[in-house]
Amino acid sequence: MKSTWLYVLAVVVLLAVVIGAYLAMPSAAPTKSEIDESRSRTTANGLYVAAIEPESPGMKQGELHSWILTVKTPDGKPVDDAKITVGGGMPDHNHGLPTSPEVTQYLGEGRYRIDGVKFSMSGWWELRFDISSAAGSDTVTFNLVM
Amino acid sequence: MESRRSAWFCAVASLLLLASCSGESFSDAEKATIASMSLASLLPLPADPTNKYADDPAAAALGATLFFDQRMSSDGVVSCGTCHLIDRQFQDDLPRGKGVGTTNRRTMPLAGAAWGPWFFWDGRRDSLWAQALAPLEDQREHAGTRAFYAHFVADEFNERYQRIFGPLPDLSSVPKQAGPFGKPAEQTAWNAMSPDRQDAVNRVFSNLGKAIAAFERSIVPEETRFDRFARALAAGKPAEGDVAFSGEEIAGLKLFIGKANCSTCHTGPRLTDDSFHNTGVPVVPGLPEDLGRETGVKQVDADPFNCLGKFSDAGPEACGELRFMVKEGAALTRAYKPPSLRGAATRPPYMHAGQFATLEEVVDHYSRAPAAPSGATELHPLTLSERERQQLIAFLKTLAE
Repeated sequence: MKSTWLYVLAVVVLLAVVIGAYLAMPSAAPTKSEIDESRSRTTANGLYVAAIEPESPGMKQGELHSWILTVKTPDGKPVDDAKITVGGGMPDHNHGLPTSPEVTQYLGEGRYRIDGVKFSMSGWWELRFDISSAAGSDTVTFNLVM
Repeated sequence: MESRRSAWFCAVASLLLLASCSGESFSDAEKATIASMSLASLLPLPADPTNKYADDPAAAALGATLFFDQRMSSDGVVSCGTCHLIDRQFQDDLPRGKGVGTTNRRTMPLAGAAWGPWFFWDGRRDSLWAQALAPLEDQREHAGTRAFYAHFVADEFNERYQRIFGPLPDLSSVPKQAGPFGKPAEQTAWNAMSPDRQDAVNRVFSNLGKAIAAFERSIVPEETRFDRFARALAAGKPAEGDVAFSGEEIAGLKLFIGKANCSTCHTGPRLTDDSFHNTGVPVVPGLPEDLGRETGVKQVDADPFNCLGKFSDAGPEACGELRFMVKEGAALTRAYKPPSLRGAATRPPYMHAGQFATLEEVVDHYSRAPAAPSGATELHPLTLSERERQQLIAFLKTLAE
């Protein structure tokens, strides 16, 4: 009889463990796997295809670094006369980028150096480029998860 | 009999499992975050290309002397060390710093400051040496003028100065007191000086800041109980003795990096993201309007001693923080730099003007997340129970032991 009660106790405790573990699971908004982190995208109105890559690998959270933005027309021709402004921020935290990155150099082949990028905290960041050229104005937003 | 024994075994094993889940175990993501906050993750002190004397021992020695010299003030009783008390984490335990007068801001501690890109609560200076110059001329702090400091160093530290920085300029035609932030007569005297004379004084003045900065670079964060705990965790060893965290401290650490979102801004080994955030901290009645970073960006942009100025030893390529800083936007209003939380538990009061007397008040503020007096708070309300608040505070204390 006594052993039955001990089994019941064991089951109750195990249930408590399972429920506790379930409740303790982090319930972050969108998880990393749900965010589209593709580095090449068509701009919102389809005027350009934009691609980004960090200038050097191994960028670190909290450090200023540079990205290369490549702008091409949908048929693959490099866009070399684009005026580009950079924006973005953290959608989850109601704030923009900690710095104000700018295009500092045109590298040819539709490639632009973006200087002054910093991701000051871990989490989901958006990096937005407003691109204007003879072909028109369009915008593209990339997602990055630090 | 056999079944009874196995029943006991099940019950005991389940209880042990429950105990281990009460906090001893961290997920891999939590472990990575904890490691990133520990002193072991602190990178070596970065070079300061704006200050070519930054790592010159003679400059640091002169800087230490100047830091504690009360003659570096209009009334002869205020030194840097008056508010940055050496035995009090280089701060003064007061809501607002007191020099010749009373300032509008809480004195910041100095440990690890040299790692940051911005100085003061609002980042109105962009190097340790440019920061050191500002209080010297603030009428509420040292209340001196740059001409006064140039004469002072020529009179009192002539040989030491020249051995480090080279020849002193001829100061015979420079008024005893003259500076752009002095009393009206001192400002008039400054404006009457030729640009060459002004430059000569500015050069000596900036070198004093560079010496003080060289000294301040030696003030580094000390290892805490949290760091020892993090080291044991990273090594996969059980924390023993005083290194072991209590259940309350572990729960507080989990809250800090989890539900309470503290580590969003208090990140990395210095527990700051070096950026600026509006967290809805209340105004202090009676103080002038304080817009935080909104004013700070204008001041650092206009500072002749900033990274891009002629007294900086760096080229523009080293001035990324200044060149690419955010200069406008609503997010700057009443945004302040998250201070390092190392040692914070033992240095109340809190916030940029000492608004909160205790950690309980701080945690209550971040839990309630009230609307900001101006601008918009970045906080979202948390529902922290009384027990969770105490757990957070218990963890914060491990950063000060």
